[in-house]
Amino acid sequence: MSADGFGGRLRALIIGDAQADRVVPPSGFTAQLTLFAAGAMAFLAVFALALSLASGRLADRWADELARAATLRINAPAEQRAAQTEAALTILRQTPGVASARAFTAEEQAALLAPWFGATVPLDALPVPQLIEVIEDDPGYDATGLRLRLQAEVPGAVLDDHTRWREPLVDAAHSLRLLAVVSILLITGAMGAMITLAANAALAANAQVIEVLRLVGAQDSYIAQAFIRRFTLRALSGALVGMVFGMLGVWLMPAASEEGGFLTGLGFQGFGWLLPLAIPLLGALVAYVATRRAAKKRLGDLT
Amino acid sequence: MDLGPLKLSVLWGKTSRQNQGAAVIELDNVGYNYGGGELLSNLSIKLAPGSFHFLTGPSGAGKTTLLKLCYGALTPTSGRVRAFNMDVKGLDRDQMALLRRRVGVVHQDCRFLDHLPVIENIALPLIVSGRDLSQEEANLRELLNWVGLAERADALPPELSGGERQRAALARSVILSPDVIIADEPTGNVDWEMSQRLLQLLVELNRMGKTILVATHDLSLIRAAKNQVQARVLRIWDRQLHLAGADL
Ligand SMILES: Nc1ncnc2c1ncn2[C@@H]1O[C@H](COP(=O)(O)OP(=O)(O)OP(=O)(O)O)[C@@H](O)[C@H]1O
Ligand SMILES: [Mg+2]
Repeated sequence: MSADGFGGRLRALIIGDAQADRVVPPSGFTAQLTLFAAGAMAFLAVFALALSLASGRLADRWADELARAATLRINAPAEQRAAQTEAALTILRQTPGVASARAFTAEEQAALLAPWFGATVPLDALPVPQLIEVIEDDPGYDATGLRLRLQAEVPGAVLDDHTRWREPLVDAAHSLRLLAVVSILLITGAMGAMITLAANAALAANAQVIEVLRLVGAQDSYIAQAFIRRFTLRALSGALVGMVFGMLGVWLMPAASEEGGFLTGLGFQGFGWLLPLAIPLLGALVAYVATRRAAKKRLGDLT
Repeated sequence: MDLGPLKLSVLWGKTSRQNQGAAVIELDNVGYNYGGGELLSNLSIKLAPGSFHFLTGPSGAGKTTLLKLCYGALTPTSGRVRAFNMDVKGLDRDQMALLRRRVGVVHQDCRFLDHLPVIENIALPLIVSGRDLSQEEANLRELLNWVGLAERADALPPELSGGERQRAALARSVILSPDVIIADEPTGNVDWEMSQRLLQLLVELNRMGKTILVATHDLSLIRAAKNQVQARVLRIWDRQLHLAGADL
């Protein structure tokens, strides 16, 4: 297909031919159903898109933040704690790939535990392990090697590099994104199926019109165009309305916050707000292809 | 109804005089059956350019079927149909559409787009072939006037009488100034005066060089025509085509 041919077709599709449009009788109810379905699909697509973007962001953030930090826990009798902490810090500073290592102060530890024990519990009285925050360098350290060395020299030290609980979380976020992407594909497919059904219904309802047009010398492309234009524009306008409502819904959701965690992060950020604009275009494209195929098949069956 | 003088030269001035000599439409040993036995068999005929033919025969003999074979709405079960020197069987759908623009057809049950007013129905061949309607406006009005539908231009087809429908169908069939005009009972529903008028139009078209094929039961119409043009009368009888003699 030449660029000019396509451009011409696109122009004809958008500007249209007022006369050509009139040769197919208007169909009020089917038109409204198509509009509604396209709108509903676009509305759902906006949410699926938001979900996919948010879960993608979440997976990246979790993978990134948690990968960089690890915790070293020192469970030792009170009298050996300071010595073991010191020894562990020394080892950590010598380990290549460790950017920094820092023992939490008593106040910091108290702050971490406060949500569980309340601020008034005297931590000194409890056998709370000493925590050391390890920040990884790029490239990172060899966790197995570090563990072996700590085992030999600091018996009370346990390295927790968060992989244990990071991986399932990141996996979950990835699955969520996959689900969202599959949803978008399903919505696209359902839209295509729905437009195909509607177009077939319209073509069948207008069998007489098509016959008359053929008799007076209309080419298939002319007849098909009348239907294609109609359904494409309907899908486009329906999806546009659905998209606006969907975006409004996402926009009205509470802003991302620490406390809300994942749920409040479900939205668009920055240029992400431009992405839903592709939904009506995609809807129109799907309608174009679906109607074209339906018309081609139907017209091909006639003599 | 005031029917003005026949002044359609504007519209008919553009007759193409191609295909001189060779037959415009040619049926060669054509047979047809709808599935229940042969309706037509071994039927051959050549429509020379500029010729005028009537087709008669009892109801159910296959007149409409034969006309449909001529303009490609049906493909013969045996034999060959050629239009403008092209085998109709070999035409793809787009070529078939172009063929239909060169053959104006008046159907027995004149089909229209019921949601469009008469004037747009008559202009339909212009519309679907992408002509600029504003340039054809004058011709369209004149033609409408001539078939006596000027006052009904904005009526919808279902609101027309049988005769009005047939006049509209004839107007639609000639609007593109086709080389051939095939009419199936064009005077079935009109009074004598109007049938004379339609015949007049066909005769005039024939004088401009168009090839005309008219199926009709109306023998008096045929007699009237014979006074004005050299018309040949074909009769379908016993699955075959016979040239009717001077007995008409
Ligand atoms: N689509 C079809 N399927 C099956 N049989 C058909 C079909 N169309 C026509 N026939 C049959 O073929 C025969 C010829 O029909 P056709 O319409 O050609 O006759 P006709 O000569 O035009 O008759 P009339 O003068 O009544 O218009 C008839 O018996 C008719 O019933
Ligand atoms: Mg008939």
